[in-house]
Amino acid sequence: MDLGSISPTLLIASIMISATPILLAAIGEMVVEKSGVLNLGVEGMMITGAVVGFAVAVSTGSPGLGFLAAAAAAAMLSLSFGILTQFFLSNQVATGLGLTLVGLGLSALIGKPYEGMKSPTLPKLDLGPLSDLPVLGRMLFSHDLMVYCSLAMVAAVWAFLKYTRAGLILRAVGESHDSAHALGYRVVRIRLLAIFFGGACAGLGGAYLSLVRVPQWTEGMTAGAGWIALAIVVFASWRAGRVLVGAYLFGGVTVLQLNLQAAGANVPVALLSASPYLITILVLVIISARGAHGAPASLGRAFHASN
Amino acid sequence: MRLKTLLAAVTAATLGTGVLAQDPITAGFIYVGPIGDGGWTFEHNEGRLAVEEHFGDKVKTVFQESVPEGADAERAITQMALSGADIIFTTSFGYMDATLAVAEKFPDVKFEHATGFKVAPNVSTYSARFYEGRAVQGHIAGKMTKTNKIGYIASYPIPEVIRGINASYLHAKKANPDVEFSVVWVFTWFDPAKEADAARALIENGVDVVLQHTDSTAPQAAAQEAGGVITFGQASDMIEYAPLPRVSSIIDNWAPYYIDRVQAVMDGTWESVQTWDGIPTGMVKIGEITDAVPADVKAEAEAMIEAIRAGEYHPFTGPINKQDGSVWLAEGEVAGDGDLLGMNFYVEGLTGDIPN
Repeated sequence: MDLGSISPTLLIASIMISATPILLAAIGEMVVEKSGVLNLGVEGMMITGAVVGFAVAVSTGSPGLGFLAAAAAAAMLSLSFGILTQFFLSNQVATGLGLTLVGLGLSALIGKPYEGMKSPTLPKLDLGPLSDLPVLGRMLFSHDLMVYCSLAMVAAVWAFLKYTRAGLILRAVGESHDSAHALGYRVVRIRLLAIFFGGACAGLGGAYLSLVRVPQWTEGMTAGAGWIALAIVVFASWRAGRVLVGAYLFGGVTVLQLNLQAAGANVPVALLSASPYLITILVLVIISARGAHGAPASLGRAFHASN
Repeated sequence: MRLKTLLAAVTAATLGTGVLAQDPITAGFIYVGPIGDGGWTFEHNEGRLAVEEHFGDKVKTVFQESVPEGADAERAITQMALSGADIIFTTSFGYMDATLAVAEKFPDVKFEHATGFKVAPNVSTYSARFYEGRAVQGHIAGKMTKTNKIGYIASYPIPEVIRGINASYLHAKKANPDVEFSVVWVFTWFDPAKEADAARALIENGVDVVLQHTDSTAPQAAAQEAGGVITFGQASDMIEYAPLPRVSSIIDNWAPYYIDRVQAVMDGTWESVQTWDGIPTGMVKIGEITDAVPADVKAEAEAMIEAIRAGEYHPFTGPINKQDGSVWLAEGEVAGDGDLLGMNFYVEGLTGDIPN
């Protein structure tokens, strides 16, 4: 056993990369759920983003365009969910699961010609003097742009929900759509915007997988990342800051246990792998015991103005 | 993915409605990953396509992708048997008990379980001697490593995987007494992101050869990004990563077996067998060894392949001790199939424990 061969610098750098896809997807889903909509289609939107981002980056040679296209494609897909649930009042759980199935099937279809191809990937940023700092430079300041975008996104979502009028309205819609409606807010429109934003975020997360983290296109490559993102929203009790903690915890445990094994440490792998889920359950129990769930009161309930 | 499954089920159901003597045989396949994984499931699907091409209208095939091992598998296999399949190939070790349970309920349907060891009157097993290929990979790896550290991405602690680790370690050690193996268990057959992370963790810990027993090409991509690291294709050729980092590969070639067994069902001669073939019959093939491998190493590897093909060399030939130092095989003794099929120990020199 030689734990000395694990470099904390590289480990933390790996954790940041590993956590970014689920962080992006989770922060988007949190906004959706804050508006009172439960979209279980995150996995499907992520993989659609992964394949579209990859395809566009390969054909244009620009990973930036790939990310944009991924966000747009997944957002369009999420709109189909939005239209079904908001206008036709379909069951959100069933529609979300359907969205995942559609996304997986669609991505396999689109991705067929791209198997085994290589895409341009994002360059590491050079932040000048910051990147040159001895340890911190490599650890924190020499990532690609999307890592910082995901962090900025968390801060922006937090500030938006906490300090802006629009954020307040969004939360009001999520807590009580009838009251919000009575006050004259357009519940359906606000929810559609939130769903659109959530889709775009999931698409970015998927594209980060296929363009940076893996980086290639393989059918089924999200392998449950979307479900983890959903779990993180619950773990975080619908707070932006905790979403960040949750994503880094889940990503961190995965990377840490692989590194421990590679270094020859004798760790119970299965236990370590299960630990984020155990922590999630523990957090839920504690939250429930305190009586404050944090879940928006209208979460998952269909709204129609006539009711 | 499951859309296709649905279509397959609908097709199967439609076929089942017109039961006539001239009806085509239906062959079903249960896959553990997506057919586009570029590895294990991809090659099984190539075998299925070969069956379709060989028999034309006389055979219909149906398949279901990404079926989780465990309780879900039993449901999927039952569904396929109910929808009128005559023979069902279940292509992952974890389907073993589910396959036997369903087989008991459908005595008229033939079942073929890949890589398992339990049989029944209507259940056969079939597997390939991948360890023969892994011995060749181990030799190349041992000769080519500069850091003397070799990484191994292992899926689940089952005999098949442990056998692969032992075979490659023994031959790497023979080629280069200084090598060390670092084994990372990922507990998945297919999760590209996790496989890529595992490869990166190994590379950050100083390995310059990554062997894998998982099904995607993500470790190859990670090795390519790191530079100066070599890899081997697993289950499928993964030629798109040649000549570097992929310097050779083990390819599963299931087509001849599948065609044989479907033919047996048609002829009414099908009976339960336990097939375990390797390089000699072509069930295991070694993908092209690229020019990145020095000429002398390539020649030695080819000589080993030839010796295995001719039946002159067995990769598990004594003296071999177990990890705890006790004798497993004496000088010149060759491992029996029973020992190999149930292998649950590391050979001497490997560090770490096998998780359970």
